[in-house]
Amino acid sequence: MSAADHLVVVGCSWGGLDALSRLLAHVPQDLPAAIVVAQHRMHDASYLAELLARHTDWPVCEAEDKEPISVGHVHLAPPGYHLLIDGHRLALSTEGPVRHSRPSIDVLFESAAEAFTHRVVGVVLTGANSDGARGLVRIVRRGGRAVVQDPATAARRDMPEAALATGVDATVAPLEEIGPLLGQMITSHPQGERSSSHPQGERSST
Amino acid sequence: MDLLLEAVYRHYGFDFRQYARPSLRRRLTRRLSLEGLQTLSGLQERLLHEPECMERLLLDLSINVTAMFRDPSFFRVFRTKVVPLLRTYPFIRIWNAGCSTGEETYSLAILLREEGLYDRTRIYATDINEAVLVQARQALFPLEKMKEYTENYLASGGSRAFSEYYVAAYEGAQFDRSLGDNIVFARHNLATDRSFNEFQVVVCRNVMIYFDMSLQNRVHDLFYESLQRLGVLALGPKESIAFTSHADHYDVLDPQNKLFRKAR
Repeated sequence: MSAADHLVVVGCSWGGLDALSRLLAHVPQDLPAAIVVAQHRMHDASYLAELLARHTDWPVCEAEDKEPISVGHVHLAPPGYHLLIDGHRLALSTEGPVRHSRPSIDVLFESAAEAFTHRVVGVVLTGANSDGARGLVRIVRRGGRAVVQDPATAARRDMPEAALATGVDATVAPLEEIGPLLGQMITSHPQGERSSSHPQGERSST
Repeated sequence: MDLLLEAVYRHYGFDFRQYARPSLRRRLTRRLSLEGLQTLSGLQERLLHEPECMERLLLDLSINVTAMFRDPSFFRVFRTKVVPLLRTYPFIRIWNAGCSTGEETYSLAILLREEGLYDRTRIYATDINEAVLVQARQALFPLEKMKEYTENYLASGGSRAFSEYYVAAYEGAQFDRSLGDNIVFARHNLATDRSFNEFQVVVCRNVMIYFDMSLQNRVHDLFYESLQRLGVLALGPKESIAFTSHADHYDVLDPQNKLFRKAR
């Protein structure tokens, strides 16, 4: 297992299991990144990892505190905990719910932006609240990228719409296209240095 | 943030320099906005000039959300796997480290009483923060929590009516005072203080998640030193011993509920 240079953080709520399954099924097998997921769920729904593992060849595990973030792994926030990114490790917290949610998507996204700056892609999927919107803005502000599930394709459109309502610069896509999109975003992104999404000379600005 | 933590340490002796950064950043940011301030340096200045502000921050940093019989399966397995080991000892010493407001401590006391072991047990319950210890000694918890705690208690293998343990009072649910007879609530700082006894069990759940790796290792040294041979270490369900320097010193007693037994 090698440490991940790139991070994909995914937030979902209502309808999340189906959405995650379809997203994971289309993630390129060789994506040089780790995927970290915060999904709102009932306290005892601990079988999420097993269900998701049917849709991907990547190992899917509930996060443990201080666990290294590994390439080609899906790390899930355990129910009843906030999941945060601490350098190249995962960190948990039992602080109170943030805007009624624990795990909170905003908490995950904000800590990911802090730790991975431009090497993180934030993905907001279906949900019936507005969690993730603030965190996505933070990710883009720190140089990362944003992807939002096309609200027209979402089981509940509130969460993707709230993310887009912030005016954040995000790519909108249906679930099946998000995986390939992550592949393009991350492999077109040289390690260490931030690549310009519009190389000089491609378009004349004068 | 480093500067602020350093200043707090020099001025007050409270050492948060080895706390895990992401949670610390969140809590400092929240304190910042509650104080109506804009910058960390503004917060630093107020902390150094107003001890009351430091008290507020100390509460922010040390209160952890907990519940009675949180993670019922832990208490269920404690009954089936740890209690039989404890029966072999004439006198039982348990350290509940990072006890906060005492919900977990009283849960242990109830469990041990039901198993007939409480009379020969002493629970040392420690926390860095005196304010939470004052609260813990009162054994008074919010009435509106009793439904959740009752469900937890029953799921943990409790066989009585949970309401036998408290009376509903005007201020909240007042727990049976005698449950506190064999509990010593005392201030102890895991970051700086030493071991103070030898124990058969150390319970420290969801406390070290707020520490960085090096402080976590220090605390593991402390627990290793404080446990007698074959003593039991209990961590939170999502904490791992694998990433610490003591991984090889324990056998796994229960992998899901993170119970370990000092083997060597």
